[in-house]
Amino acid sequence: MADNKGVMVIAEVLNGVLAPIGKEMLGAARKLAGDLGEEVSALIIGSGVAGVAAEAIGSGADKVYVVDDALLKDYRTDSYVAVAEKVAKQANPRIILAGQTTMGRDLAPRLAFRLNTAVTMDCIDLSIDAASKQLQMTKPVYGGNARAIFTSDLYPQMATVRAKAMSAIPADSGRKGEVITIAAGLDAAAIRTNVLQKVVAEVEGIKLEDASVVVTGGRGIGGPEGFKQLEVLAKVLKGAVGASRPPCDNGWVPETIQIGLTGKIVSPDVYIAVALSGSSQHLAGCSGSKNIIAINRDPEANIFKEARYGVVGDWKKVLPAFTAKVKELLGR
Amino acid sequence: MNMIVCAKQVPDPEAPPASFKIDPATNKAVPPPGVPPVISPFDEQAVEAALRIKDAKGGKISIISLGVGLLRDVVKKPLSMGADELILLEDPAFAEGDSWSTAYALAMAIKKIGQFDIIFCGRQAADTDAGQVGSAIAEILGIPQVTLAKKIEITDGKARVEKVTADGYDVVEVTLPALITVSNELGEPRYATIKGIMAAKRKEPILWKPADIGADAAKLGAAGRRSKMLKLFQPVREGKVEMITGENEEDAAGNLAKKLVEAKLL
Repeated sequence: MADNKGVMVIAEVLNGVLAPIGKEMLGAARKLAGDLGEEVSALIIGSGVAGVAAEAIGSGADKVYVVDDALLKDYRTDSYVAVAEKVAKQANPRIILAGQTTMGRDLAPRLAFRLNTAVTMDCIDLSIDAASKQLQMTKPVYGGNARAIFTSDLYPQMATVRAKAMSAIPADSGRKGEVITIAAGLDAAAIRTNVLQKVVAEVEGIKLEDASVVVTGGRGIGGPEGFKQLEVLAKVLKGAVGASRPPCDNGWVPETIQIGLTGKIVSPDVYIAVALSGSSQHLAGCSGSKNIIAINRDPEANIFKEARYGVVGDWKKVLPAFTAKVKELLGR
Repeated sequence: MNMIVCAKQVPDPEAPPASFKIDPATNKAVPPPGVPPVISPFDEQAVEAALRIKDAKGGKISIISLGVGLLRDVVKKPLSMGADELILLEDPAFAEGDSWSTAYALAMAIKKIGQFDIIFCGRQAADTDAGQVGSAIAEILGIPQVTLAKKIEITDGKARVEKVTADGYDVVEVTLPALITVSNELGEPRYATIKGIMAAKRKEPILWKPADIGADAAKLGAAGRRSKMLKLFQPVREGKVEMITGENEEDAAGNLAKKLVEAKLL
């Protein structure tokens, strides 16, 4: 391993710019690289993505590897793993980070095994052990009921990072860095999947991940009609509506508003949890919220352990009265 | 269609969070008393995905479960749902593995089965929440993968998969044989029928030991781990909630609104 140096971030591009998770990972990588006295690099893969390199440097990369090829327009396992393997072998990093995203979930394990190493998924904390200089990776397990710290003796050490678990550094367009372009060298015939269509669900109003107020309903809401009442409150508060898993699995609301371990991760200023028990799996998606407000009939519900303010009661009575009072007080 | 589904027995993830305990001496979760284990819910949905294809196109479904202390009533559930055979990799040598060594054993068993068009796994197990075994099996077998499927259709020797994304889904076409991991958006798995339960009772699982699948002992279970767990612990919850009350529920709701507005949270 003596040759492995530096922290490499596989930085995703979203709508032509560096995705927020990429910036968060570069922020985390700066800390790790600082502890190691080594460099931070970013790997950018895609088609027409060369312009993103400057953004990666501004967000903390000392070096940016760019692989830009028409065959890389869509994320496909075979092509992206092949390209990442090629760059990893050339750059020989000590650590590789990827996002715990649709892409990272698919790419990171396959890349790790291709590189004869291991990866720890969905990490919420990363640190360097001072004595061994090994990466220690903390991830939630058992649906968030517990946490485990992993390491590995194999290099590169790899982790995927949960969204909003780490902090980006302030962007600085004056930072200097080196851009290295690497040819993809792909054989189109060896890519065994094809993306035929990308279907994007329509979102009305504010995006869940960007909202400063999120109103979330759980199993106790009982059906799609109840969510209309949550929408009324969300509208008054200029927020967005979310759901725990049961309402999504039951088809009351679209899957795209699911918050939790297997859905979206949000960290709004105010998170109003209505008629949801607060399973660990759900809390994985909202525990970063600054203030959780819980409304639940069951005083023993787990959500009250996470909440700052709580009301015990039937949401059908509490929510309309709450919405009316908020409207009155805020004059909306 | 020959289909293989990897299904893991896990502690029931629906058990109340308060019942979850860790034994710090062994770094392991203590099964909650009186709550039997279950098939990991995503794996049950993987079984459902295979059954839907069998319903439409016909075929054979083989289930593989790996572990120790596998309760027959639990691991036979996929049979009672309609799967055709159950293979158990049950031996201490298979246990205590990480994603990689577990996938190695599963891949060796799949090689022994021989013929397959699709391997299904759940998107992640409800205990480790890693979501790596599927990709590892695909890598060992050298076949393509599609992760996070919510719908699968077979046409012209290819699978057309609706893959869940952050803001909707992608339609991905993949050549077969392939490995597909299944997400909860696929929908509820079917209930076992009485007939299915009776049939499952009569079916004996096939038991394979490391020698049966030609596995290299150094790559199995704890010996084959690439990832080391240093510590397992429960995060401390602060429990600082302020309960807002009133004369009745509506009054409490009004008081909550006042509190939040006064605190400038809204």
